[in-house]
Amino acid sequence: MEEKLTLFKNRKRFGIEKNIDIIFKNTALFLSSFVAIILLGIILVVFFQSFESFSRYGLQFLVTSEWNPVKDEYGAFTAIYGTLVTSILSLLITIPLGVGTAIFLTEDFVPKVAREIIGSFVELLAAIPSVVLGLWAIFVIEPFFREFFVFLHNFFGWIPLFSSEPSGRNSLLAILILVVMLLPIVTSIARDSLNQVPKKLRNAAYGIGASRWKTIFSVILPAALSGIMAGVLLALGRAMGETMAVTMIIGNSNKFSWSLLSPGYTISSMLANQFGEADGSQVSSLFYAAFVLMILSLFVNIFAQWLVKKFSLKY
Amino acid sequence: MNSLYYQKRLSRNIGDKFFTSLSVICAVIAILPLIFLVTYILIKGGSQITPELFTLEPNPPGDDLDAGGINPALVGTLIITSIASIIAIPVGVGGGIYLAEYSKGGLFSRFIRFGVNVLAGVPSIIAGVFIYALIVSTKILFGSMYSGLAGGMALSILMLPTIIKTTDEGLKLVPNELRYASLGVGASMYTTILKVTLPSAFRSIATGVVLGIARAAGETAPLIFTALFSYYYITGFGDLFYEMGSLAVLIYNFALEPYDAQNKLAWAASFILVLSVLSVNIFSRILTAFNEKTKRV
Repeated sequence: MEEKLTLFKNRKRFGIEKNIDIIFKNTALFLSSFVAIILLGIILVVFFQSFESFSRYGLQFLVTSEWNPVKDEYGAFTAIYGTLVTSILSLLITIPLGVGTAIFLTEDFVPKVAREIIGSFVELLAAIPSVVLGLWAIFVIEPFFREFFVFLHNFFGWIPLFSSEPSGRNSLLAILILVVMLLPIVTSIARDSLNQVPKKLRNAAYGIGASRWKTIFSVILPAALSGIMAGVLLALGRAMGETMAVTMIIGNSNKFSWSLLSPGYTISSMLANQFGEADGSQVSSLFYAAFVLMILSLFVNIFAQWLVKKFSLKY
Repeated sequence: MNSLYYQKRLSRNIGDKFFTSLSVICAVIAILPLIFLVTYILIKGGSQITPELFTLEPNPPGDDLDAGGINPALVGTLIITSIASIIAIPVGVGGGIYLAEYSKGGLFSRFIRFGVNVLAGVPSIIAGVFIYALIVSTKILFGSMYSGLAGGMALSILMLPTIIKTTDEGLKLVPNELRYASLGVGASMYTTILKVTLPSAFRSIATGVVLGIARAAGETAPLIFTALFSYYYITGFGDLFYEMGSLAVLIYNFALEPYDAQNKLAWAASFILVLSVLSVNIFSRILTAFNEKTKRV
């Protein structure tokens, strides 16, 4: 690019044309700075709106689970716990599934056409609006798994995670629907990073007599690990912010419970549920919760980007 | 007995078979949700499609006999997505032009690229919260609170990073020789960009923009407290400043209603939404595959 620009500077131009050129460049510069303005705007606005609640409850807000608009007492622990538990557990289920699918799609188990069709099927899943997934979860997934949850409670009730009687809408259903939403993200990113592993490495491993899966486990997966990790982090960020499907199926209860079979709450479902009709200091508390969510997802996203940058030039 | 031929019973070969079947199972599990979901929506939603669906207003919940149609939501989705596109496309394409054509990898452009990635990762509901604080609660738009316009603005924040990214990447794929040729015959920078580089990157930019629009059309979270919902026909320009329905919010509201008729309406709306989003996606996929094929020749 640089030679082009010096060329451009040394050129003699009529005034108007030169001015148009400068105006065009500055317009583009101005438009590109919108990203920064919006990003800073979001952070500042959400922070200042939450200030009232922040100064009143401080960090206590993060560890108490009282949410009572009548008594004006707010604490978001249930929602924060719900956000972390649903996103992390769903990710733990998605990682092996997604990476397994990605391996299937990059190694030549089946002809290329079949792989591409299956690959685009998985990616099309990402295009389904999350509100539709929520609808599907309410009317199809929930009845389908009802018996299974009763079974889970009867046999594994001694584990705190399954200790309560299963309710119609619960955190476990939210986790299941999150798995469906995260699967295409993890799969496509893992697939990309597996594809980027140089063929040389694979051939070298085959050359010394390693079997196919030995090669995958000891050569290809470690080489692609950083990319996969970044993808997993991006998926984690997505899971924490995911709103509609989770709000529709998680049950929206602010009563804290360790059990996944009882209704729960996440920060985003709390926002979706209460923002429309909130007033007074409840609004500020909701902004506070939004601020927590934003900081969490910003942190995860920036860490993911750092990971990509740090490890992308390794091979 | 150390034969070089393939031995079935060897532990490594058994292990290989085991892991191969495991990955096949993973792939099968990964595509099952889409197949189940799409067939279910085609059957359940498709059976609800009637001409009245497209022309009537939805009846208020409670009347279990007849739910009416989704005309306001359908029109509202079109309007809100158009507003979002009108804001996001020029800003996104302009920003992408700056990143690809003018920036020299300095601090500013690196920061903007970083910001684009961060903004892409901001939860969609936060965009709604932001617009709520900025526009809805301050009543800055001629004293109106919830409005279709505010909904469109919230969606435009979500479209912006996608459009900048596709423009930036699309322009970077244009060979430098084209630029040199244009500058060499005496064209100025902006004519080069507008007449040479942008047209040759047009298809990839357009694909990204269309996918971004499809994505925005299905977004719900930012709309539930910016555009809210409306049961009534959209009749004129002034309706932009009032609550406006959309397919996505209709699905959300009516899915949670206890009445069967409303639930059916939600399925019908899902049918339309999923069908349009998927067809846009599949179409763009075919287009890119076709492009790659012609390039290779």
